[in-house]
Amino acid sequence: MTDTSSSMLNGPQGPKPRKSFSRRNIFLYGTLITITLFYALPLYVMFVTSLKGMPEIRLGNVFAPPLEITFEPWVKAWSQACTGLTCDGLSTGFWNSIKITIPSVVLSIIIASVNGYALSNWKFKGADLFFTILIFGAFIPYQVMLYPIVIMLREIGLYGSLGGLILVHTVFGMPILTLLFRNYFTSLPEELFKAARVDGAGFWGIYTKVMVPMSLPIFTVAMILQVTGIWNDFLFGVVYSSPDNYPMTVSLNNIVNSTQGVKEYNVNMAATILTGLVPLTIYFLSGRMFVRGIAAGAVKG
Amino acid sequence: MKNSVEIKNLDLQFGAVKVLQDLNLDIGQGEFLVLLGSSGCGKSTLLNCIAGLLDVSGGQIHINGRNVTWAEPSERGIGMVFQSYALYPQMTVEGNLSFGLKNAKIPKPEIEKRIKHASEVLQIEPLLKRKPAALSGGQRQRVAIGRALVRDVDVFLFDEPLSNLDAKLRADLRVEIKRLHHKLQNTMIYVTHDQIEAMTLADRIAIMRGGQIMQLGSPDEIYGRPINKYVADFIGSPSMNFLEGHVKNNAFEVGDLSIPLDGYEFVDAAGATEGPATMGIRPEHVVTGELVENTPYQIDVEINLIEPTGSDTLVDCVVAGHHFRVRMDGQSRVSVGDKLRLGLWPAKASLFDATSELRL
Repeated sequence: MTDTSSSMLNGPQGPKPRKSFSRRNIFLYGTLITITLFYALPLYVMFVTSLKGMPEIRLGNVFAPPLEITFEPWVKAWSQACTGLTCDGLSTGFWNSIKITIPSVVLSIIIASVNGYALSNWKFKGADLFFTILIFGAFIPYQVMLYPIVIMLREIGLYGSLGGLILVHTVFGMPILTLLFRNYFTSLPEELFKAARVDGAGFWGIYTKVMVPMSLPIFTVAMILQVTGIWNDFLFGVVYSSPDNYPMTVSLNNIVNSTQGVKEYNVNMAATILTGLVPLTIYFLSGRMFVRGIAAGAVKG
Repeated sequence: MKNSVEIKNLDLQFGAVKVLQDLNLDIGQGEFLVLLGSSGCGKSTLLNCIAGLLDVSGGQIHINGRNVTWAEPSERGIGMVFQSYALYPQMTVEGNLSFGLKNAKIPKPEIEKRIKHASEVLQIEPLLKRKPAALSGGQRQRVAIGRALVRDVDVFLFDEPLSNLDAKLRADLRVEIKRLHHKLQNTMIYVTHDQIEAMTLADRIAIMRGGQIMQLGSPDEIYGRPINKYVADFIGSPSMNFLEGHVKNNAFEVGDLSIPLDGYEFVDAAGATEGPATMGIRPEHVVTGELVENTPYQIDVEINLIEPTGSDTLVDCVVAGHHFRVRMDGQSRVSVGDKLRLGLWPAKASLFDATSELRL
């Protein structure tokens, strides 16, 4: 009897059949594939070119895979390419960038997270005004401040040094990072903060033992924003540091734009990929965390 | 009885908004006091003031004879249980319990001793190594109470600790809190908007409205002799029936009915001044069936609507043009349109002045 009851059903039943080659799918995947190619192709060209020798490049077929794979251009880009008088490739720039990025990222995140925590949990008199001014700072074009900062750095004796550049990066990261942290801390339950106060934790106790352990996602977001922002920075690097301290981006520019001798496209390509490698790695390692952090209140006002 | 918490002329305002106004409240040692009111009445605000989480604008707060008006929350000898429990998610249960003690720089053996004691009292020993995310609602609440317990405080503050739970669990945990109070004998101040919680838990209830305490008294007093119409309406479910009429010749007249007021205890012992008034009668104070003959006053009505609730059946009818509800036994076989004879006990009713709405 139970068998007959199921066979008695007439008409559509069960899961609805879906066509793979519907008009909708063709449009959707067609568009996606086109856009993917548009972004992936330049990277592909850079990569294959960096693995070719100069004679092969002169043949002119940019899309062809290398006939003879050589890592010579990579080695040259890293340690021998000439920028003006010195010929030690990107390596100096790389270490400079590391020396600039790590302290700037750490400093700006520490200061901004404490700012955000104070602004969201310890509302002091004028906190809102302070916050408004800080956010307003994010909208002032950098060009306006370039020269005044040169004077300021000169006056405090940091102009042209790594310290000066680190200071500039830290200050310029403040508005957006403070906003990020403030919004995240505001989204955490207020009762936790109250409970910690009843438990006798003070300003720093609550920050380090209650707030920070709950905020891994937003710290990741802040770290990614800062690492990529500071690593990719060119303007501040070229203005506020001296040739000894040029970050990697500036070295890259100097290698690629050097006017003496032949244009070594393969070395240029390798150098460019090398420069982009750090932000790329960061994205790959923490992409998931980044999305979670952005979703967890970074956009909430 | 020694007072545990004394609140003197407390004022609190945010900008131009007065949230608490000239509030006075004394809470005895070991008393269970419930602050009851609808949302926005200032009950949670008052609790936060007692906890020291909000700075007051005027007045004083004393706890155990000490003026703590300017003291930090941790220095007041209070423990607080929050609506969301506010357990630190990254710490284990043990970490949650010890956090306050570590902040107070209490030596380690002492911390372990207290955690052991608290977890025995609350029966959470097997949970000590777990994180809050791995606990059920009831277990979380016990940990939250434990956090106050280990700190060895004089006063427990509860901020609507049961409102996040489903009805069944709420009833269970209510009993558990009551049992805990019997065991610990601490002073407890409990904020809720749920009148059942208030009635079942409290030694005394403070009904709040608009930043002031309207009535402070035992659950019996609040239920039986509400000080004004607002309290009468707020307490009791289903709510009180109100008849608008006037007092004349020691009787309450509404429509063509004249209900004698023999045995009614007037606030003013001399009896009531005559004039417009409202009579409140609780649905459970109306009798039906054969008991009607014993009552001093009877009314005949027709049944409009029946709401069976299982244990009781609520019957809607009309008395002198006013909507009137009666609580009958759940076994009663009645149907819409039936004639019903109601018996009233005027002595159990409440009379309120029509304009001031105060009890007569």
